[in-house]
Amino acid sequence: MTDFSPDAARALPGPSWLVDRRVAAATAWAATPIPDAAAEEWRYSPIGELDLDRYAPPTGLGDAPMPRLDIEPAAMVRTVNGRLVAVDVDDELIAAGVHVGRLVDHPDGADLFGAVASEAGDYFTALSDGFAPDPILVSVPRGVEVDRPIVVTHHAAGDGAAAFPRLVVRVEENAGVEVLDHHTSDEDAEILVCPVVELELAPAGRLGYLNVQELGDQTWQIGSQLARVGRDATLTAATAAFGGSYARTRADTRLVGQGAHGDLLALYFGDRRQNLDFRTYQDHVAPDTTSNLLYKGVVSGHSRSIYTGLIRVRPGARGTNAFQTNRNLKLGDAAWAESVPNLEIENNDVRCSHASTVGPVDEDQRFYLESRGVPSADAERLIVAGFLAEVIESMPVAAAGHKIRSAIATKLARQAVAV
Amino acid sequence: MSELVIEGLRAAVEGQEILTGVDLVVRSGEVHAVMGPNGSGKSTLSHVLAGRPGYEVLGGSVRLDGLELLTLPAWQRAEAGLFLAMQYPTEVPGVALRDLLRASVRASDEADEIESRMRIEAGRIGFDERFLERPLNVDLSGGEKKRNETLQMGVLRPKFAILDELDSGLDVDALRMVSRRVEEATVEDDLGVLAITHYSQLFEQLRPDVVHVFAAGRIQESGGAELATELESTGYERWVESATPAAATRPDDPFADPLA
Repeated sequence: MTDFSPDAARALPGPSWLVDRRVAAATAWAATPIPDAAAEEWRYSPIGELDLDRYAPPTGLGDAPMPRLDIEPAAMVRTVNGRLVAVDVDDELIAAGVHVGRLVDHPDGADLFGAVASEAGDYFTALSDGFAPDPILVSVPRGVEVDRPIVVTHHAAGDGAAAFPRLVVRVEENAGVEVLDHHTSDEDAEILVCPVVELELAPAGRLGYLNVQELGDQTWQIGSQLARVGRDATLTAATAAFGGSYARTRADTRLVGQGAHGDLLALYFGDRRQNLDFRTYQDHVAPDTTSNLLYKGVVSGHSRSIYTGLIRVRPGARGTNAFQTNRNLKLGDAAWAESVPNLEIENNDVRCSHASTVGPVDEDQRFYLESRGVPSADAERLIVAGFLAEVIESMPVAAAGHKIRSAIATKLARQAVAV
Repeated sequence: MSELVIEGLRAAVEGQEILTGVDLVVRSGEVHAVMGPNGSGKSTLSHVLAGRPGYEVLGGSVRLDGLELLTLPAWQRAEAGLFLAMQYPTEVPGVALRDLLRASVRASDEADEIESRMRIEAGRIGFDERFLERPLNVDLSGGEKKRNETLQMGVLRPKFAILDELDSGLDVDALRMVSRRVEEATVEDDLGVLAITHYSQLFEQLRPDVVHVFAAGRIQESGGAELATELESTGYERWVESATPAAATRPDDPFADPLA
């Protein structure tokens, strides 16, 4: 375990405030037991198989080709194994005071780092606190509207690597931006990635955040997307998850200002022996807050997915509207999906609902397409792509839509070969 | 000249025999009306012909130009030239009409024509072009769904079309356009039609060559176009009673199709 020791944390580069916090986090973490599957929040997960001794923070950067995204970004940042390797920001953005780059280079960096995550810390965010080598910050100042997406790409490389990509997005009052956060890792290498994303929206801020996960098939991801949404601010947070051996994303959305709104979206497609795990938390703290969650997934082959969601309405959050929908398509008998929605409501003046389904492709839909001469396998592909299309259409960073569709098409094509 | 030959067709749903021996021959360009009361098995006939899952064929044959359809999956029957306009077209979220038609024709030279054919067909039946962008049947009214079915028939140009209560849900103007379109297909494309309905209104534009009275799971009587008008005024009581003397005393409709 020496690879995750306080001394190892101390050796990472950065200003003294960051080094001090890493060491403190690593020290606290070392005294925390690793979670096991008996704990409710790790139910159905293979967390018991995780052997941290197999991984270490890598020293090298490896060979990391940029993914083709076909997007004209206003700014881009590239990290490999959590370290910034490239950054490119349009001059207009710099002139407008938009920061895209190292968090430590921003005067508010020390205040922003961990500001949202500290409310939702767990074993793996603590590990990130200790070992994230190079946190990235996107900060949009008051009143500035960024009209093209900002693209952040992370790659994890090297067998046995433990990577800690870290991103903070801060949208100040009445500012607006869309951020694409794209994750890849080496194929055929055993890698552990623990991304931590903090999304902070000041009053009337607007953020569209899209996470696209295309990790290698032997990568474990244990990630957190933690958002805090201020008064009258609007967050659209979306995830498209395709890769990984075991890939878990915990997405917490705290609606802390009156009138705050969150649209929470995800689509996922598991195949072969993948295990995809989603935990969502819609936390209504302030009055008149709304959240609308739609997660849709497909499992094929021997893959598994688990969705667990909680809507919580705090005593002061009168006038809350909160909705949660999780729908799963199961392609074949060997695939498995579980959906566990929960409500915890401490105020009477609310409208809340949840719905979840797990089932095969609808027979009537299949027959309708086949009765037009569409072969069975093609009909199934059309229906599955159509099932997920509803989510794509609502996602931010519309320019990433074709990337997501092609990832789905790749999965569907592989499906056809596997049959 | 093509020929759809149905011989001695018997089929059951959940162990209950619904089709009790259907014999019917439809040739290119002909319009056959199949009229009958609720629960007579008319819709079952359309589903069994098209190959919808959930039906057990007990006997008989259905051949399209000599090709036995009953052993083929639904999509191969469609490929052979059979088209079903459904009574209740299924909503398929996220799948656009264009994608369906492209997947259907597959041959690339035809795929290029799909776009223009869709627009031509939409114009012919007064189908709003903005519906072409919508997911299949999602948020369409009953009448729009029937126009959508007719449009697909026009684009795909089958040899035989089974129209399962195409008239239901259509207002008078829409009915006129849709039934005229089918009539024109019998001339332009030599389409053979099997039109299942309760009412003769469909046949003001679409002129039937033969009218069949369908009751108790089979054809009871056949005649010319005048039979449709007669049925409109006299109803089906005569055939229902003669075919199933026990029916009146049974509380449940024995010929109801549980999958309909």
